[in-house]
Amino acid sequence: MTTEVGSESDVKKVPEVQQQTAPASAEPSQEESPSDPEAAASPEPSSPPADGGPKKEKGISRFLPPWLKRQKSQSQDKPGESSAPPKQESVEAVQEEQEETHGAGAATASTEQTEEEKSIGSADTQPVREEKEEETKEEEQVIPHEASGLSALKLNKKMKMVVCHVTLLDGSQFSCEVEKRAKGQYLFFQVCEHLNLLEKDYFGLSFKDNAEQRCWLDPTKEIKRQIRNSQWQFAFSVKFYPLDPSQLTEDITRYLLCLQLRQDIASGRLPCSFVTHALLGSYTLQAELGDHDPEEHRLDYISDFQFAPNQTKELEEKVVELHKSHRGMTPAQSDAQFLENAKKLSMYGVDLHHAKDSEGVDIMLGVCANGLLIYKDRLRINRFAWPKILKISYKRSNFYIKIRPGETEQFESTVGFKLPNHRAAKRVWKVCVEHHTFFRLVSPEQPTKTKFLTLGSKFRYSGRTQAQTRQASSLIDRPAPYFQRTSSKRISRSLDGAPVVNVSDYSQAAGAGENGPALELNSDSKSQQVEVVEEPDADAATSISSETAFESKLRVQGENIYVRHSNLMLEDLDKTQEDVLKHQASISELKRSFMEATPDPMPSQWDKRLTGSPATTLRLQAQGSAEVKPEVNGQPEVVEVVEETVVIEEVVKAKPKSPAPEVPATVETECAAEVKEERSLSSDSDSEEEAEYHAQPPTTSISTQQIKEEPEEEQEAVLIQQAPPSGIESQPITEAAEPAPSAEEEKPAELPEEEVHADEPLATPDEAPNGHALQAEAPPTLRAAPTEEEEPHIVNGSTSRVEAEHLPQVICCSEPPVVKTEMVTISDTFAAQKTEISTKEVPIVHTETKTITYEAAQLDGNGDGEPGVLMTAQTITSESLCTTTTTHITKTLKGGLSETRIEKRIVITGDSDIDHDQALAQAIKEAKEQHPDMSVTRVVVHKETELAEDED
Amino acid sequence: MAELMSGFGCFTHAMVRAVPQSLARDALRSGGLEVDLLKVQEEYEEYVSVLKHRLGLEVLELPADEALPDCVFVEDAAVVCGDTALVCRPGAQSRRRETEAVKAALTELGLNIVEMTDESATLEGGDVLFTGREFFVGLSKRTNQRGAEILADTFKDYAVSTVPVQDALHLKSFCSMAGPGLIAIGSSEAAQKALKIMQQMSDHRYDKLTLPDDSAANCIYMNLPSKGDVLLHCTPEEFPESAKVFEKLKDHMLIPVTNQEKAKVDGGLTCCSVLINMKKNI
Repeated sequence: MTTEVGSESDVKKVPEVQQQTAPASAEPSQEESPSDPEAAASPEPSSPPADGGPKKEKGISRFLPPWLKRQKSQSQDKPGESSAPPKQESVEAVQEEQEETHGAGAATASTEQTEEEKSIGSADTQPVREEKEEETKEEEQVIPHEASGLSALKLNKKMKMVVCHVTLLDGSQFSCEVEKRAKGQYLFFQVCEHLNLLEKDYFGLSFKDNAEQRCWLDPTKEIKRQIRNSQWQFAFSVKFYPLDPSQLTEDITRYLLCLQLRQDIASGRLPCSFVTHALLGSYTLQAELGDHDPEEHRLDYISDFQFAPNQTKELEEKVVELHKSHRGMTPAQSDAQFLENAKKLSMYGVDLHHAKDSEGVDIMLGVCANGLLIYKDRLRINRFAWPKILKISYKRSNFYIKIRPGETEQFESTVGFKLPNHRAAKRVWKVCVEHHTFFRLVSPEQPTKTKFLTLGSKFRYSGRTQAQTRQASSLIDRPAPYFQRTSSKRISRSLDGAPVVNVSDYSQAAGAGENGPALELNSDSKSQQVEVVEEPDADAATSISSETAFESKLRVQGENIYVRHSNLMLEDLDKTQEDVLKHQASISELKRSFMEATPDPMPSQWDKRLTGSPATTLRLQAQGSAEVKPEVNGQPEVVEVVEETVVIEEVVKAKPKSPAPEVPATVETECAAEVKEERSLSSDSDSEEEAEYHAQPPTTSISTQQIKEEPEEEQEAVLIQQAPPSGIESQPITEAAEPAPSAEEEKPAELPEEEVHADEPLATPDEAPNGHALQAEAPPTLRAAPTEEEEPHIVNGSTSRVEAEHLPQVICCSEPPVVKTEMVTISDTFAAQKTEISTKEVPIVHTETKTITYEAAQLDGNGDGEPGVLMTAQTITSESLCTTTTTHITKTLKGGLSETRIEKRIVITGDSDIDHDQALAQAIKEAKEQHPDMSVTRVVVHKETELAEDED
Repeated sequence: MAELMSGFGCFTHAMVRAVPQSLARDALRSGGLEVDLLKVQEEYEEYVSVLKHRLGLEVLELPADEALPDCVFVEDAAVVCGDTALVCRPGAQSRRRETEAVKAALTELGLNIVEMTDESATLEGGDVLFTGREFFVGLSKRTNQRGAEILADTFKDYAVSTVPVQDALHLKSFCSMAGPGLIAIGSSEAAQKALKIMQQMSDHRYDKLTLPDDSAANCIYMNLPSKGDVLLHCTPEEFPESAKVFEKLKDHMLIPVTNQEKAKVDGGLTCCSVLINMKKNI
């Protein structure tokens, strides 16, 4: 079903990202989604890779627990996922528009458009073309029945399949058809199945990105989004080189490892001495050919094999000589001997990355099972074992490790390395995270439970650790599978010409799941550093106090803020969980609605514009509940901030003294959530994204590592695939939505009726009445939005659905009162960043800023409109994965009522690996959970994206 | 079954070089002490005798060259590992030509010879510590980074880590291998610091044998057929405290060898020979 959707969209040639990003909030009335009901019914997040379709949605809905979704589906006809088809429509519309505007620039631009806007619009069109080209390319690969895909009429087509070509370790090709939106693991499992491989955790699939860099295919993410416009060409290879191959359970696993090592050796990636080349070569011969046969095996019989990068006659003679000595050895024994020797080589399993040290000297970073090795030329000049490393992070093109202080040292130190570009920095960081987890930890941190407080994107290794895979393989109970060892010749041939399989070279990036932040490292000190500060706010709702406590717990002294919060969270959660649970449903709904409306981060198309665009960053700060006025904060100091989310919660609390039933406002809870997202796309070599990974002591199971990641990948992917902002611009419906003067683009989105959640079962009982009142009032004000329902909401080229979030308890009016406003500012932040970047090499960073405001229905007059007396104001800042600033403002309004508004500003910094939607959803969810009796009234998303380098 | 990196300490041959008379007067030294040539020659003969008669090694003795006062310290002229010999390029100008005879002799033995042709590289064998699993190269006044790089290129199977050497002539002026995975290390601050670095740089775990005297930490370990673990170390006369430490190594065949006089010209036990294993593992 979902697949169908995908195919449809493809047919229409709509960039996939758009589809994916399209919020699920499409109009319920649309019946185009034939299969949707299913999707809605079974939105299991953990569904098998094969049917990855349903999960592809960018909307929040995918993050919702199944039960919630079910609920939703019941209450609403077809929530989120089912709405996929509508998206397509909107997408289509967008495209058409784009096409129209193609040559003429932003013809459709609204009257409010400034010249800048226009320029933006026109710039957008370029990327679109690219996308189309991509599409066409892909189309070719697509199976025949889709050939006619161009016609937009065929909406309900079969799922789009793409043929993936995988180069196996023996040099042969494995082709496999996968659904276009399948996740990496689907393909990986297909390959493993083909190979009859059970101990697959040591292996992975890699691909070459646009920059010809080898990247690991993240099993947990969609293939297409990872490879972007690259070919569907992959290489199966060893990702984690087992320290002791003899502990592998099956011969076939060892065999595959041998094949990998032969490649590594032949390509020179694994340096060996002459003697070693000869010895390993001789084992290869024994394994492949059996005993030396003087009759059959003349000297030239081995010339097809490549034993070394520069193979000499002398070497071949030596190989043959040694081959003779292996008489009687079985292939499995030969492989085992091969591995026993190969594993001793100093570069065995070392993943090298080019870098420069702080003084600009060329070095190599080698990531291996035991830690991080630093090489200068061939020399090892330093080594940081995992236990020595407290934190791994990257920021732009820099990669940092924080070192545990030695016995005599008092302070931890941080060592920084300069990578060629941001992506390289991220790659090495990822590889580190993965290797640490795989080799060092017993089990990867379970992200699920810790999700509570984890905003920000956390990348973590999603597979099994070595310990786990060993345990798993010890259970393997099958007769040794038969496999043919005829590969050597083929390998050597393929190596001669083509570079085909370079898995382990330095360029390869580790792709991994990005779920759990918590990885355990061997640091011990962290736990004590976490400080729990409780600042109960008497005035604030009880929920508030809980929030403060919660946040404060996150706070960690010093720099170790991020460390092990997840564990703490867990503990906390256990206690609070029950309380929180009540509200969870409503929260998630809220989140979802907001999230789904969240537009995708920067379209890549932006960069060209950005280059010329003025340097301005928009920062939205929501003040009044009703008035969301973006303020332009000159230059983004945000060099490092990729994404900033501000969630503002506004709560109106009725005071006991004057319970005025007539005044709905007083009684109900208003919640405005403002989400500000800033994303930066990296320009040439740099991006502002950064990530952190904290090492925790393995001994303590509690310890967790946090990984902060930057949105870059996603960003880039989005950039490429996203359609440029359509010329469609709707007028801001609410006053709150007023675009800042600097805003270049403004797009109000309207909420489809579906968006409205009929009711929130979990809503707090006492508030429900109030909520009703509110709701009743709210809708009218925001009514304007619904009128536009039929129009696709297109934000920045991506179709986004604006979903109104409503007070859960309230039965929403049919039309969601949410207004979405988007402002896009493209700025050249070069000047601003220049000061911060000491390195001359740092290229100009173009930043795009986008602000989107979602506003829940609210009484305009109530909140800020009425001048109140400020009673208290409190700001709490906590840092975890994301930076959260919470401001409590309690005002006294007319009639003796007091209103407490909570503004949360959440900065999400992350790269494309981060699921921003998810992060945002989390943020909103948390906000809701912390203040169950409040409602989110406004969400302003402010995105600042640095342009992707490759876009240039 | 053939195996790489096995047989640490297994040697069949030892190359030594006779003491030139010029040593007493011209040999480089950091202490400026008077050297009794006769005593040096006595020590040398005892040393050779131990290798040849006590241990049964094939001793290859090169004639002295009066133009090369330090030529007795052959270790600095070449690094031999497995069947490959790296002919060094001594950092001390006056010692450069010591390599000629050494190279010729090693070539004759049938080893693969690698020469350092890079004019900017310097390397003396005294700065090279081979542990059986990896190399540590001291960056000293006599050995530079480039020299270490060439060594790394020569012995590709092994990790080669660099260790800054302070307050000593060579890395092995205060350390050496006293057994498989056992590093003998002096007690000085410089020695301990170097050890820390080595431990940090290594993927392997080493035990340490701490000697009160830095010079005593220079010993020779061998694993010989029919003799087992053999350790040539300082005499109690020279370093009584350190000798006691060695004596605690119950499993080793301990052979105290006098080195008092050569120490005056910064010579250690390891300096006076190049040990070679001609019995092919592979």
